[in-house]
Amino acid sequence: MDATSRTFVANARAGLRDAALQTSLARFQGGFQVKRAEAAERLPEFEALRDEARAIKDHVLAHLDHYLERFEERVRASGGTVHWCETPEQARERILALCREADAKTVTKSKSMIAEEMALNPFLEEHGIEPVETDLGEYVVQLADERPSHIIAPAVHKTRDQVADLFHEKHTPLGRTRRLERVEELVEEAREVLRPRYLAADVGITGANFLIAETGSSAVVTNEGNADLTQILPRMHIVIATLEKVVPTLEDATTIMRVLARSATGQEFSTYTTVSTGPRRPGDADGPEAYHVVLLDNGRSRMLGSEFREVLRCIKCGACMNHCPVYGAVGGHAYGWVYPGPVGAVLTPNLIGLEEARHLPNASSFCGRCEEVCPVRIPLPGLMRKLREQEFAQGLAPAAVRRGIGAWAWLARRPALYRCLTGIGIGMMGALGRRRGRFVRLPLAGGWTGARDMPAPEGATFHALWRKERKA
Amino acid sequence: MSGAGGREAILGSIRRSLGRGPLDEAARATLDARIADPRPNLVPARSDLPQAERVALFTEMAEKVFATVDRVAGPEAVPGAVADYLAQHNLPPALAMAPDAALDAYPWADKPLLAIRRGRAEEADRVAVTGAVMGFAETGTLMMASGPEHPSTLNFLPETHIVVLPAERIGGAYEEGWARLREQGAGEAGDADDGGFMPRTVNLVTGPSRTADIEQTIALGAHGPRRLHIVIVEEEAP
Ligand code: SF4
Repeated sequence: MDATSRTFVANARAGLRDAALQTSLARFQGGFQVKRAEAAERLPEFEALRDEARAIKDHVLAHLDHYLERFEERVRASGGTVHWCETPEQARERILALCREADAKTVTKSKSMIAEEMALNPFLEEHGIEPVETDLGEYVVQLADERPSHIIAPAVHKTRDQVADLFHEKHTPLGRTRRLERVEELVEEAREVLRPRYLAADVGITGANFLIAETGSSAVVTNEGNADLTQILPRMHIVIATLEKVVPTLEDATTIMRVLARSATGQEFSTYTTVSTGPRRPGDADGPEAYHVVLLDNGRSRMLGSEFREVLRCIKCGACMNHCPVYGAVGGHAYGWVYPGPVGAVLTPNLIGLEEARHLPNASSFCGRCEEVCPVRIPLPGLMRKLREQEFAQGLAPAAVRRGIGAWAWLARRPALYRCLTGIGIGMMGALGRRRGRFVRLPLAGGWTGARDMPAPEGATFHALWRKERKA
Repeated sequence: MSGAGGREAILGSIRRSLGRGPLDEAARATLDARIADPRPNLVPARSDLPQAERVALFTEMAEKVFATVDRVAGPEAVPGAVADYLAQHNLPPALAMAPDAALDAYPWADKPLLAIRRGRAEEADRVAVTGAVMGFAETGTLMMASGPEHPSTLNFLPETHIVVLPAERIGGAYEEGWARLREQGAGEAGDADDGGFMPRTVNLVTGPSRTADIEQTIALGAHGPRRLHIVIVEEEAP
């Protein structure tokens, strides 16, 4: 997928000016935050389960090679095939080859962020295969020719009115000419339009929340049941997943499931959790005749050896973006690639390059809420800070920032001079700002005062106060 | 390239990142032993209850997620309960029923107006009737396993799904379901301790299909069933 992360600042401004987006964002974040908090409250073991989920993920990462080999062995034993792909290009070529093997004209898809990494839909279209998104939000995004703006609620940026207009426009050629108003009517119409697509599809592509080494199974979680119709009706089921999705046993997957839905939507459990193992068995009346797992690396094996290993624990629950004030202000599209919010700010620079995505780790107020709610306790603010350090070390920060920080560093290494100059500066600011208590504008700090006021200092530096205290 | 080349390249890259070569025999054996003897991790205490309270918790949790629950006194009451439910919801008295021997225990012939077809679900089917491997009180969740006796399409295609569940099949936590599948699979595929016990599709179902993708407003029946009705049968035929 082509990234627009480079223009984050402009993207964010556009998001802030988009009234419909602002309405949608205001509604959704509050709802998700309350529901998660209530779900956590109802389960006394919630915090302990987070610790266990984290430990399982760390254990897997330390033995990733073994569990993947073991997983493949079990997939093969149950009649399926694993395809190892280093790059998104290889993965989509492989998927295309499989679709051709199945003589596919249409492919149903349940939501997968990995497919977004591969830009799978446009690729299949180019090659004469029609992909049909089945998750309602993802279907809306596909009709609108947009990208998901959230990893579990892809159309969260759209209002009901916008969806109503979109359906009216796109479904009119199907003979559905009435503009629908109510959410239930819109859901019903999508159900009716998509049903024949499920039945006609030759291949079904799903993502995976877990790969289970014990049994060679893939597990996928939805509320709509779309991943199920996607996988049991067509002749071939293709699962796409990244390496770190593997867990040792069904019990380990279960522990993580207990924190997944609660963190994501505040549900006790998602409506459908489906564990699939190989193709249909002798005597089965339904189910796919072929089962393939396309395993994508795309930089994860390299990240495993870096200081960003911990982000590979991510279970893609979306809690960090549901609780992020920056995401809540600018929306998911501003981040410019597959993963928005705090997890995107860490993952994106690692996967597409810091140069491409250097703004993202800076789009944080370091309030720490993402880390507080992350079910697998990924220290997201700490990882963002490391990326900022790298940005500086690699000389990617703009010249003004570099000069400013360089000057400060020079000064800070000269304590006497530092005390003298900061004392004068703070004293002046204190005197100038005393009347209003704050500055609406400051020379050289337009980036700060453009969006908020700078409180006026009390008139003495911390160093000065400290010395005074010590003497007293 | 993907295929064997991709496999070796990815495994090599993982090992470089972990700063080691392939694991030795002993290390592999330790990891495999963990898989061969899969222990539950922390299981929430919520569902650790006497059986009657488990059934009550199961009912409460299932109803919270928009399933409906009916409790009948014995197997002979099942066909009547199903017929009544259809009538209440103006549904046609035509059932696509799983070819599951356990469902034969109910005297369907008592309700001659019910047209019953056994087999997988087809596009036109409006009501499915199936059993379930287990129910879990923890969240009001049903476990269903595919096989000749239970085609998975029955769980998803028809707009109404009726599940007949003997009360004794209601357990506490999901882990009991995995244990049950391992037990059932032992002897069948012959390698239950080697992961070969899994049916093609295991569905954990918690309420009817829903979506909140438009303005976080919950709507039922997104793609799967709009209605999930659970008939709990209090005592089994002797
Ligand atoms: S980083 Fe944590 S909170 Fe964010 S999506 Fe991943 S698991 Fe969820």
